[in-house]
Amino acid sequence: MKAKIHVTLKQGILDPQGKAIEHALDSLGFKNAANVRVGKYMELDLDEKDKAKAEVEVRQMCEKLLANTIIEEYRYELG
Amino acid sequence: MKIGVVVFPGSNCDHDCAHVFRNVLGQYVEMIWHKETLLKGLDAIVLPGGFSYGDYLRTGAIARFSPVMGAVKEFAKGGGMVIGICNGFQILLEAGLLPGAMLRNESLNFICKDVYVKVENAATAFTGSCESGQVLKIPIAHADGNYYTDPVTLAAMQANAQIVLRYCTPDGKVTPEANPNGSLDNIAGIINPEGNVIGMMPHPERCAEEMLGNEDGRLIFVSMLDALKKARQQPKMVGAG
Repeated sequence: MKAKIHVTLKQGILDPQGKAIEHALDSLGFKNAANVRVGKYMELDLDEKDKAKAEVEVRQMCEKLLANTIIEEYRYELG
Repeated sequence: MKIGVVVFPGSNCDHDCAHVFRNVLGQYVEMIWHKETLLKGLDAIVLPGGFSYGDYLRTGAIARFSPVMGAVKEFAKGGGMVIGICNGFQILLEAGLLPGAMLRNESLNFICKDVYVKVENAATAFTGSCESGQVLKIPIAHADGNYYTDPVTLAAMQANAQIVLRYCTPDGKVTPEANPNGSLDNIAGIINPEGNVIGMMPHPERCAEEMLGNEDGRLIFVSMLDALKKARQQPKMVGAG
């Protein structure tokens, strides 16, 4: 089973990288973009056929290591 | 005193820390590889600066799971003195030994320069040799020093005098201009509620001897040794941790 995980900063946490990219887009003429936020994308192969069990495992991975839940939130897809 | 300096893959300030304790302050220093699980007879532990695990995933995120951290946590739980400097501070945060988290510097730049910090709490084991409100000049060198915590935790920390060092102007004013990285409340160093664990972003080990032209950092280490000496002189009470 493949797990695709997105880790992003929580709303309300300042994202200076996002701001820098937003300004760069603006300078390039893309005046319609706002609220750029930068996150992480990770994927991994999980040796587990049971989707429910896989979900528990991926969530534990996120809670324990992949995301710092003080400042980040995560979502994942299993397939 | 016997000081343990933990070395993670990627730590690079371990030798500077060892040098200060061993050569400048004449203490016994043991370098502790991150795979060690038994720590015996140490009076204090240093988590030094550097780039443990290349700052992969998040700075300090992987080092916090190194085998040695179990023993460091036990040591801290038993009241042992732990100082985390820069990456060491980041590791203590990820390990939950200190509250909060580090974000990327607001400017997105790696900032390497002398800054001024104000001693907000001179009653800690790490600042006992300082005056309250004293301004120390200590260099920083980091890209992720933007301290963050939620408002509830911040209020508790303020009430508990857990904020030990704040970025300030040379004459001790805590202003936004004096804040190099956007850190919440200009926070540069904090302790845990029990007062035995400190995390600080500036590098006191880089300014602890006269030859380097700045000895302000030495006060942190001298404070630690004084606190340890005092603790030794207290008769141990039955049941004390």
